[in-house]
Amino acid sequence: MSNSAAVKISAKDVKVFYGENEALHGISMDVYENEVISFIGPSGCGKSTFLRCMNRMNDTIEHCRVTGSITLDGRDIHDPSLDVVQLRAQVGMVFQKPNPFPKSIYENIAYGPKLHGLAERKADLDDIVESSLRRAGLWNEVKDRLDQPGTGLSGGQQQRLCIARSIAVSPEVILMDEPCSALDPIATSIIEELIDELKQNFTIVIVTHNMQQAARVSDRTAFFHLGNLIEIGNTNDLFTNPQQKRTEDYITGRYG
Amino acid sequence: MSNLSLIVVLLVLLALGYQLGMVRSRKVATINADVRMHSRPHHYGMMVGLWAVLPAFFILLLWLWLAPAVINSMMLTQLPADIASQSAEQLRVVSQRINNLASNFGVVADASEWELAAAEHLRQLKANSAIVLTALMAVIAAVGMLISLLKITPRLKARHQVERVVKALLVLCSTVAILTTIGIVLSMVGETLKFFSFIPPSEFFFGTTWNPRFSTVGVGEQGDFGLIPLLSGTVLIAGIAMLVAIPLGLMVAVYLAEYAPLKLRNTAKPVIEVLAGIPTIVYGFFALVTVGPFLRDLGAALGLDINATSALTAGVVMGIMIIPFISSLSDDIITQVPKSMRDGSLGLGATKSETILKVVLPAALPGIVGAILLAVSRAIGETMIVVLAAGNSPALTANPFEAVSTVTVTIVNQLTGDNDFSSPQSLVAFALGLTLFVITLLLNVMALVIVRKYREQYE
Repeated sequence: MSNSAAVKISAKDVKVFYGENEALHGISMDVYENEVISFIGPSGCGKSTFLRCMNRMNDTIEHCRVTGSITLDGRDIHDPSLDVVQLRAQVGMVFQKPNPFPKSIYENIAYGPKLHGLAERKADLDDIVESSLRRAGLWNEVKDRLDQPGTGLSGGQQQRLCIARSIAVSPEVILMDEPCSALDPIATSIIEELIDELKQNFTIVIVTHNMQQAARVSDRTAFFHLGNLIEIGNTNDLFTNPQQKRTEDYITGRYG
Repeated sequence: MSNLSLIVVLLVLLALGYQLGMVRSRKVATINADVRMHSRPHHYGMMVGLWAVLPAFFILLLWLWLAPAVINSMMLTQLPADIASQSAEQLRVVSQRINNLASNFGVVADASEWELAAAEHLRQLKANSAIVLTALMAVIAAVGMLISLLKITPRLKARHQVERVVKALLVLCSTVAILTTIGIVLSMVGETLKFFSFIPPSEFFFGTTWNPRFSTVGVGEQGDFGLIPLLSGTVLIAGIAMLVAIPLGLMVAVYLAEYAPLKLRNTAKPVIEVLAGIPTIVYGFFALVTVGPFLRDLGAALGLDINATSALTAGVVMGIMIIPFISSLSDDIITQVPKSMRDGSLGLGATKSETILKVVLPAALPGIVGAILLAVSRAIGETMIVVLAAGNSPALTANPFEAVSTVTVTIVNQLTGDNDFSSPQSLVAFALGLTLFVITLLLNVMALVIVRKYREQYE
């Protein structure tokens, strides 16, 4: 991905505090439109925290405070005139553990579109549900049992259901917080293929512990360590020719 | 020695055996330094203590169970022939009299010669029995302790023995609780069957008039024992209570679980739970003195005719009482809904209230229903509030502003004052109690099943 692409999300000097404790020490980076960017780094390095800044999910945590500026399409996401509900409709999120609602498969997908009033008629809603499931590669597996609970699916299917659920509200960016860490290798590879297809239409930010996964799916990679952004660059360059000693140590497995 | 002092001695022996066993096992361990002991020293100690005490204790129990009968028959063989040939019923009276004499409860003055002799004989037999028992227990305890001390080797599985005894003790304790429940039910069933020999079940369960009269009127004038008016009063009051408690309790729960800051939640929850700890009799006179007149005046202002003691008064106050049942349980259940569920909803751009209404509450619903059913069974069994505030008028009515009566109130009425436990007027209390028990049992079972189903949902 070249730098001439449009900037989708731009973060400047983002700091996050949990109470008195500063967890992120001023992160600045840009995320480009329709790229897949992955965040790697050892546990507790702040990559998930930074990811959750991008749709203000950190607001739900008590005593958590975010400073600095993050813009989406040039608009500050902390601007009081921008409602967090609108923001999260634009910037969807897939979580570490699949978390389908204890409702039917259909209701899981229809939940977001119903809230945002995306479908006027039942037929429209059916269309959204079908196309979302198709794009998540789940349609053929569940089309005959849409009325059964989403919690009854396998782990990998549940995670694709969650991806379909977030696609259904037509976001522009999808944040994925270690989406494969609870899945087996086969389910993981299906999700990775899915990510590759999704980047036609969405900007994808993915946090992962798995460096091979970062190398496989992402255009660019950012390496975090102890709350700092150490290095960011094209995935190939970063893995073959890291500029920083700490990056090299991490990707060659010397710590982490 | 008296039985109590025997038990004290056994406890001392337990401690002594424990110490000796510990000392012995340590010694054995140093002698066999190359082998690891199977169990820890305190297991060996406990094993020795138990071997010293348990067999002796069983002997004691056995003795207490069998000895009185044996002693009595030994005493009877010594009676003069003309007395001993009497019928069994008369002999029982005789031996009761002699027993009283022997324990100095009887009146010695009008006792005849042979009776005094028999009493003296009985006293002697009892003294002998105590000596024999003490000696027997001493021997058994000593043998048990010695053998188990000598048996201590590195291979002896003392821990297994001790754990088996502990397990047996645990089983015994839970059996006591279960047997008590069964005993209560059986005694109620017995009395209920007696009641149904006076009044056919169909008249009891489907009768619409409650007018039991007084037992002095005689069996010919039994009156009417219809359950329906009482049950309708119970249902009416419980229904009003739930109308008060469910909305209030649920809103309290949602506020506590979702909106209240942690500090406030930690203070408010115990304070609300205090409501459940107030004695129900206090609620009763609160209803009688404050709520009842208030509702009456309010009704008068609105042009409604509300009795001061009515289903409404009792129901409202009972509803307040069970708020904490619903709020506390529901709060726990709502808090148990995983955070990932909320995150998933919020991450799709749902607002907090949408998330609560459309994701959290539906997910918690089975648990909340369980909580409500528990509260209902509490409301149905509640007595003191309705005794004081419901007006005690067993009429079949659906008007909440009128006085009614409930099953529990009627039980109180039928069992206070002079009781003749062979009259249907008293026995009906057991039939009512059993009915109530079955209803609340069914509600509890339903609640438990629902709550259990809910627990499996996230796993």
